[in-house]
Amino acid sequence: MSTLPDGWFMVVGLEVHTELRTETKLFCGCANAFGDQPNTNICPVCLGLPGALPVLNQRAVEYAIRIGLALHCVIQDSSFHRKNYFYPDMPKDFQISQYDIPINGPGYLDLPGGVRIGIERAHLEEDTGKTTHLGGTGRIHGSDESLVDYNRSGVPLVEIVSCPDIRSAAQARAYAAELRSILIASGASDGRMEEGSMRVDANVSVRRGEDQPFGTRCEIKNLNSLRSVQRAVEYEALRQIALLEDGGTVRQETRHWDEDAGKTHTLRTKEEAYDYRYFPEPDLVPVTPTQAFIDTVRTGLAPMPAERRAALVSLLGEPNDAQIDQLLAVVEQGLDHFVITAVNAGVNAPLALTRTANELAASDRSLDNLDAEAIAATLLLEQAGDLSATQSKAVLAEVIAHGGGDPKAIAKSKGFEHMADGALDLVIDEVIAAHPDEWERFCGGDEKLQGFFTGKIMAATKGQADGKAVSAGLRARKN
Amino acid sequence: MSSTHPLDANDVIKVASLARLSLSDDEVERFTGQLARILDSAAEIAALDLGGLAPTAHPLALVNVLRDDVVRDSLDRDDVLSQAPSVNDNRFSVPKIIGDAP
Repeated sequence: MSTLPDGWFMVVGLEVHTELRTETKLFCGCANAFGDQPNTNICPVCLGLPGALPVLNQRAVEYAIRIGLALHCVIQDSSFHRKNYFYPDMPKDFQISQYDIPINGPGYLDLPGGVRIGIERAHLEEDTGKTTHLGGTGRIHGSDESLVDYNRSGVPLVEIVSCPDIRSAAQARAYAAELRSILIASGASDGRMEEGSMRVDANVSVRRGEDQPFGTRCEIKNLNSLRSVQRAVEYEALRQIALLEDGGTVRQETRHWDEDAGKTHTLRTKEEAYDYRYFPEPDLVPVTPTQAFIDTVRTGLAPMPAERRAALVSLLGEPNDAQIDQLLAVVEQGLDHFVITAVNAGVNAPLALTRTANELAASDRSLDNLDAEAIAATLLLEQAGDLSATQSKAVLAEVIAHGGGDPKAIAKSKGFEHMADGALDLVIDEVIAAHPDEWERFCGGDEKLQGFFTGKIMAATKGQADGKAVSAGLRARKN
Repeated sequence: MSSTHPLDANDVIKVASLARLSLSDDEVERFTGQLARILDSAAEIAALDLGGLAPTAHPLALVNVLRDDVVRDSLDRDDVLSQAPSVNDNRFSVPKIIGDAP
């Protein structure tokens, strides 16, 4: 599956930051809310004003443990450190993070294909403010002025660091996708990459053999979508290989992914790297979750994606490749309960899966409050032959648009009446009788006229007729 | 700065620059002496056999100081921004930044 030149191998590790879905920030009671008016959720703690003291959010600890358990991590006693650097998005001039003892120690994540990627750690830390660069071309290097909104400053984050176990760009994408599904399933994060609530950095290196030591790595920042993760990792590995094949050497550095240009460029070299001077945060005491608390969190965890995929597989029996792709997508997008509700209502599993994977997944509307029973009822009508596939999709679109509804009423309002037995036969006979010349040519072997007759019959039935039944009716009369 | 490497003026200049402090030559010399004495004190402790002792995560005998996840009022934005040196579009305005945040 590698797309690298012969003899070259890549080694990738990902660092994923995810914001937690708490009501408040990590160390103060300001609202943790995306999209509010700038600088409305700020206080002395998250502005780093002198004398302000942090107090840890209990729910953030619980959510961090949920993530740790979902990733099979060791949950351990931990403490906080100060990570010192000067940058205007961090008003204290240090970020409170976890250093030598993170709340979640080693664990692992199994990719849908079966490959196991090690997790080194998953620790708690606070997010920074949001900086907007103005002036010049609007890009970072051309800016004259930067504007800072501290609403995000202090929002709880968990940083999940993988082991360098990833071996291809596609695998990097698969890891990020599976991790995102797990985070959403845990309820700890919404996984919205487009809103920046999940952010990915990639450490990429290359080597000339799978048994060779790791090469010098570069860290790629600004990966804001699953697609960016795959493209950037691929680009960076190829860049390093081209450099080495030309006799050059890879410099350890931090690079920025430019999605539009499809390239990475140097942000800072190792010599310019920050020296964070970590030291223990004196204002926070250790966190020591009891085994009873950890067990309670574990018991409350919703089923993880792997278990949910297995549930769909068992509904389908022996899914084919297309169905496996569909069920991966359905679970990744958190839509599997629509399939299960429909199957429980009596819809056959392949139909429930394919309509969910296509009609629902393709919708640009929020499906958070969509009534699964209404979807199931629509599919039951289709399965019973009361709606053709085309009509069923039209009714589904209405149900999705309104978050629910009575599919029978929707079908009626669209003129999708159930055709009485024999009604289709009558229409077919009428259409043939009205077009004797065309019928003669069709019977004489002009297959193009099949479409002509189908169109006439569909028009006469206002699209109610089932395409397969029309085709069968025409063939039966032709012979 | 291990005990095998005595603290010198270059170490002090580096630490000062990391903390964005500008020191005169006199200050570098003075602080080199002061910091060396602090490190000497630490070295006395480092010389002890502490193998049987658990590391101290915090001097207070407290753990799990937590608060409920309940929203409290934030500060008034106008009050806060009125104290900033420069404001634009309800945000803090700062000189241009080269490069991304760490």
